[in-house]
Amino acid sequence: MADPARIQPDPEGWRCEGDWTLAGIEDFAAPLRSSLPSGPLTLDGSGIQAIDTTGALQLLRVIADLEQAGCSVRWVHLREEHRALLELIKERLATAGTTTVLQPPNHLERLGRQVVFQTQRTVEFLAFIGEAATALAQLTLHPRRFRWRALFSDIETAGVNALPIVALLAFMMGVVIAYQGGQQLNTYGANIFIVELVSLTMLRELAPLITAIIVAGRTGSAYTAQIGTMQITEEVDALRTIGIRPMDLLVLPKLLALIIALPLLTVFADALSVFGGMVMAQALLEVSFSDFLDRFPQVVTPTSFLLGVGKAPVFAAIIALVGCYQGFQVRGGADSVGRQTTVSVVQSIFLVIAADALFSVVLGGVGLWR
Amino acid sequence: MALNPASADAVIVVRGLQTRFGETIIHDHLDFTVQRGEIVALVGGSGSGKTTLLRAIILLLQPAAGSIQLFGQEIIGISGSAAFRLRRRFGMLFQQGALFSSLTVRENVATPLQEHTRLSARQIMDIADLKIALAGLPAETGNKLPRELSGGMLKRAALARALALDPALLFLDEPTAGLDPVSAGAFDELVVQLKESLGLTVVMVTHDLDTLWQATDRVAFLGERRVIGYAPMRELTRSEHPLIRAYFEGPRGRAAREQACKVK
Ligand SMILES: Nc1ncnc2c1ncn2[C@@H]1O[C@H](COP(=O)(O)OP(=O)(O)OP(=O)(O)O)[C@@H](O)[C@H]1O
Ligand SMILES: [Mg+2]
Repeated sequence: MADPARIQPDPEGWRCEGDWTLAGIEDFAAPLRSSLPSGPLTLDGSGIQAIDTTGALQLLRVIADLEQAGCSVRWVHLREEHRALLELIKERLATAGTTTVLQPPNHLERLGRQVVFQTQRTVEFLAFIGEAATALAQLTLHPRRFRWRALFSDIETAGVNALPIVALLAFMMGVVIAYQGGQQLNTYGANIFIVELVSLTMLRELAPLITAIIVAGRTGSAYTAQIGTMQITEEVDALRTIGIRPMDLLVLPKLLALIIALPLLTVFADALSVFGGMVMAQALLEVSFSDFLDRFPQVVTPTSFLLGVGKAPVFAAIIALVGCYQGFQVRGGADSVGRQTTVSVVQSIFLVIAADALFSVVLGGVGLWR
Repeated sequence: MALNPASADAVIVVRGLQTRFGETIIHDHLDFTVQRGEIVALVGGSGSGKTTLLRAIILLLQPAAGSIQLFGQEIIGISGSAAFRLRRRFGMLFQQGALFSSLTVRENVATPLQEHTRLSARQIMDIADLKIALAGLPAETGNKLPRELSGGMLKRAALARALALDPALLFLDEPTAGLDPVSAGAFDELVVQLKESLGLTVVMVTHDLDTLWQATDRVAFLGERRVIGYAPMRELTRSEHPLIRAYFEGPRGRAAREQACKVK
């Protein structure tokens, strides 16, 4: 255990004792001024057992206080290596100068900064969409420059690898909807209408939405984290220096991959969720598979199927663009990657649901929804 | 290699160390001792396992075999609380800096102090400012985030954090890489000054031949998975071992030696 650093008044002046180290100064308190003798003060350093830079700092602070109070301080019995350390610390402190700890801004200032910041981000995001669209247009002029390998590997990770989780969740959605709706239908003896209920809800609304939400959580976040990490390690800058546009290599293949993969995943989710509904209908409502499948083509028009699947590319574009954009917004370090990934998932799910609502309103308006 | 007895003054004693990544053996039967108050440099070609040796010594990497003693205490199979207490006694400057990116430089330096002491927040900030000054950074750097610093400034900020707890033992992984020659010289001087006034023990990995000549007491040469030479610089450069000769006999090695001899 460290011997606590302390200063004892003695007849000649003050005596420093103990360990002037980080462990020793934890409870240090300077002696009262009232114990000061008048005139010049002698500090006796012979009692100092050990000293490190922190202890030296503490000692210098005490001396500075005394000098400010008008004392002139003189050391006696100070060991040579201790004196050298005190000199070193004094000199370094003098050359470094002083600075104040920054105060956090007040609430009003923070609100203002937030408004400006969010506005800038929105404008930047729109610019990013424009840039991506331009790059896509240029791509049609030079299709050979396109990164096919990146596209196919992105389709695999975003699409093929997502099949199990999409299958499971879609099936369960079908089961839940059939169960909830089936109980109501049963009381009216209208069991066969379970076909309409499950097929239309799933195909038009829930399957596209649930698939988009899974993909936003799975793939959109991965896009942000990947691009964000590359941004920190200056890989993005390295790409630019080599003459590869990050837009071409990192954004377009991801965007196209999702635009291809998400509709396919949606069709898959359609099938699995209707299957879930069928299983439930047979178990609960005595609607057999063949009854269900007989009625299915009569109630589900190609339009309602296509309207559901048709929303998927729009959702895909939202997820990919938000994910990539947030990746490029990463600055600095690891915490920023985490923050932007969260923002990316929240924003893309929000925008997907908003777009879905917009679809309902617009399509309802032109009468396609019936 | 002579097996000098683990005297009371040895801060680090490594015996028969073996480390491996999967099938790749990095060190085998490696012996290495550092005495109190010494400045020791580890040299060797790139990939010879210098960083890996440091990581094994500072409890970041579990060796496959052998024994490592720090301050006389065996660290293989050490308990969690003993490791925590031991960690307070050494500081490490990582090769890539490894500053916490979400904290300012001052907060980075303050972190070990907050974890290991019961000082007040004001005292901690005061001490952090001192360490930043000691590392040779201007005071306003304390308010900056790591991403706002240049490569050389990052190194010094990382040094400030390594010095935070006034450790008795300091590990430095390539401290002067990326520093301008003036700062590198000042760095060598600072290390020697700290050693003389605080009795600090320093183990550093460096490729900087000037640092090797100016600042070190002994230099350990890593090659063939072991320490193949361990002596003061002047002796080591006279070694007959082909690896060591190849390392020091290049034009740079010779120039640095001539320079060093002229100064002395
Ligand atoms: N996490 C790891 N997994 C597998 N191999 C590793 C790992 N870390 C290091 N290695 C290997 O161990 C060997 C030693 O690496 P180390 O980082 O210790 O080298 P070094 O001597 O510090 O080199 P440099 O001077 O370039 O920093 C290298 O061959 C490296 O490939
Ligand atoms: Mg290394």
